[in-house]
Amino acid sequence: MQLIVNIVVLTSIYALVSCGYVLIYRVSRVLNLAHGELMMVGAYLLLVTAGYVTNPMVAIPLAAILSLTMGALVYLLLMRRMTGESVLAAILTTIALGILLRGLIVIFFSAAHQYPSVPLGLHSSSIQILPGARISTLSLVLVLVTAAVYGSLFAALRLSRWGLRMRAAGQNPLLAAQRGINLHFIYALVWGIAMFTGSVAGMLISLDAGLDQTLVLIGLKAFPAALVGGLDSLLGALVGSLIVAAAEVLLIQYVNPLLADVVPFLILIAMLVLRPWGLFGTREALDRV
Amino acid sequence: MYKRLVPIALAVCGLVALPIWASTSAMDIANQILLASIGAIALMLLTGFAGQISLGHAGLLAAGAFTAGILAREVGAPFWVGIPAAGATGAMLGLIFGLPSLRLRGIYLAVSTLALHFVVIYLGGEYETRRGFSTGILIDPPLVFGRELWDPRDWYPLLLVCAGLTWLGARNLLRARTGRSWAAIHDTEPVAAALGIHVARAKLTAFVISSTITAMAGALFAYYRGFVSIEAFSLFVTIQYVAMIIIGGMGTLIGAVLGAAFVTILPHAIEWGTSLLPTSRALAGSIFAINYAAFGVIMIAFLALEPGGLVGIARRLRGLIRGRG
Repeated sequence: MQLIVNIVVLTSIYALVSCGYVLIYRVSRVLNLAHGELMMVGAYLLLVTAGYVTNPMVAIPLAAILSLTMGALVYLLLMRRMTGESVLAAILTTIALGILLRGLIVIFFSAAHQYPSVPLGLHSSSIQILPGARISTLSLVLVLVTAAVYGSLFAALRLSRWGLRMRAAGQNPLLAAQRGINLHFIYALVWGIAMFTGSVAGMLISLDAGLDQTLVLIGLKAFPAALVGGLDSLLGALVGSLIVAAAEVLLIQYVNPLLADVVPFLILIAMLVLRPWGLFGTREALDRV
Repeated sequence: MYKRLVPIALAVCGLVALPIWASTSAMDIANQILLASIGAIALMLLTGFAGQISLGHAGLLAAGAFTAGILAREVGAPFWVGIPAAGATGAMLGLIFGLPSLRLRGIYLAVSTLALHFVVIYLGGEYETRRGFSTGILIDPPLVFGRELWDPRDWYPLLLVCAGLTWLGARNLLRARTGRSWAAIHDTEPVAAALGIHVARAKLTAFVISSTITAMAGALFAYYRGFVSIEAFSLFVTIQYVAMIIIGGMGTLIGAVLGAAFVTILPHAIEWGTSLLPTSRALAGSIFAINYAAFGVIMIAFLALEPGGLVGIARRLRGLIRGRG
C-alpha cells in the first residue's frame, strides 16, 4: 500500500513539473530546458516572500504570482528574440538561461541547504489514509494541487477563449496571427503559466524537503515524463509521469537504488526508438521541428 | 597563395616556441585549450558541418576517459593501447548515438543524445562503486616514446601534434566527398538524397567520426589529469563544448579552436578579474557561481546578437577595414 502512495506522490510531482514543458512546447514549439532552473527560482522566491510575510496563505500565492510575472518576462525579454532562429539556437538559449539562473541563485542565496518552511511556521505531519499507508500532509496537498492544476488547465484549454487562442497559436501561428491573435501575448502568458506551475511544484517540494540546487534534478527528470507522454499532450504528461514514477519507485524498491537517476532516461530512450512522438503526441510534430 | 601561408607559418612558429617563454601554469592552460580544441573540432564536424544536434558530448568524453582509465587500472594497458581502445569505444557509441538520427530530427535528436549521456554516466558511476573507486580512478602518467609524461611542459608537444593532426584530418575530410555530403544533408536532406547521397550513411559517418575523435580526446584528458571520475563529465561540460562552437562560429574549423580557447580561458580571466576587485575575499567563495552566471550571459549574448561567433566578428571587422581602405 505504501508503495502505491509513494507512486502517486511522485507522479504528482513529475506531472506538476512536466506540464510546464508541455505547455510551452505545445503553444510555442520551443523546448524549454531551463524549466528545472525556473522551478528552482520559484522556490527561492518563496524564501524571499517568507522573509517578509510569515503567513503561508499570503507568502505562497505572492511567490506564485511573482513567478508568473517572471515567466512572462523571460519570454518578453529573452525568448522573443529567438523567434525565427533555428531549433538548436532556441534550445541553447534556454540552456544558457538555466546556467545563468543557477549561478545567480548561488550568488544571491548561497549554496547552503535552506528551509522555507521554518519562517512560515509549517511542519509536515504524516497521516494515516489507508491501512498500512501513510502520507505527509504536504504530499497530500501536492497531490491535490496537481489535480486542481490539471483540472483547470484542461478546462481552460478546452472551454475558455484564451485556451482556444493558445491552441490556435500552437496549431498554426501564421493563421492565428492573421485572425488577430496577439502571438507575443499568448506566448508570454504560456511562459508565465508554465513557470507558475513549475514554481508551485518547487515550493511544495522545498517546504517538505528543504531547498538547494539539487531541485533542478527533479526538473530534469520530469522531462522524460513529458516526452514519453507526448510533448504536446497534457494527458500524455500525466500518463508519462505515472509510467516514469511507477518504474522509478518499483526499481528502487526491488532492484537497485542507484538506478533512480537513470530510469527516466532509459524509458525515454525506449520511447524514442519505438514511438518518438510519445504515447499521446501528434505525429506531425516530428516534421515541424 | 604565399600571402596566406605567412600567417599560418607565423602561428605554427608561435605555437612551437610557446614553451620557451611560458610559465608552467600557462602551459597547463595551453594544454587544456589543445585538449578542448580536439573535442570542439569533433563537435563542430557533427553539428557545424553535418547539422546534427548532439547534447551527449560529455558522455562521449567520459566513455573515452573511462575506457582508458579502466584499461590502465585493470590490465595495466599502455598509452598506445588505451587511446585506440577509447577510439573504438567512441566509434561504437557513435553508431549507437547516431542510429536515432536516422529517424529523429531537431529536438528529438537532441533529447536522445542527452539520454545517452545519462546512461554513460550511470555506467561509469556503477563501475566506480562496484570496484570501490568511489571517488574516481587514478591513472599513472603514461610512457610516450620512452618518456614519462608528468609535467605540462612534457605534454605540450604531444597534445600540439594531436590537435594539429585532428585539424588536418578534419580539413581534408571536409574537402573530400564525405565533407561535401555532410554539407548537402545539412542544407536539405531530400535534395541531398536526390543528388545521390546516401543520407543515412552520411549521418552515421558523421556520428562515428565525431564520436571517435571525442572519445580519444576524453582518453587524452584522462591521462593528462591522471584521474577519471564521473563528476568531471557533468552536463555542464556538454554545454561548454556546445558554447565553444557557438562562440567560435558555426561551420568553421578555426571557430572551434577559437571557441575552445575562449571557453577555457574565461574562468581564469574571471578569477583574475575578481582578484583585482577590493571585495575579492567576499567573492572568493562564489567564484564558481560567478563563472556559471558569466557563462550564461556570454552564451545568450552570442546566440542573440552575434550568431556568427568570433569568426563572424572577425569577418565583420575585416569588412570594415577593407571598406574604409
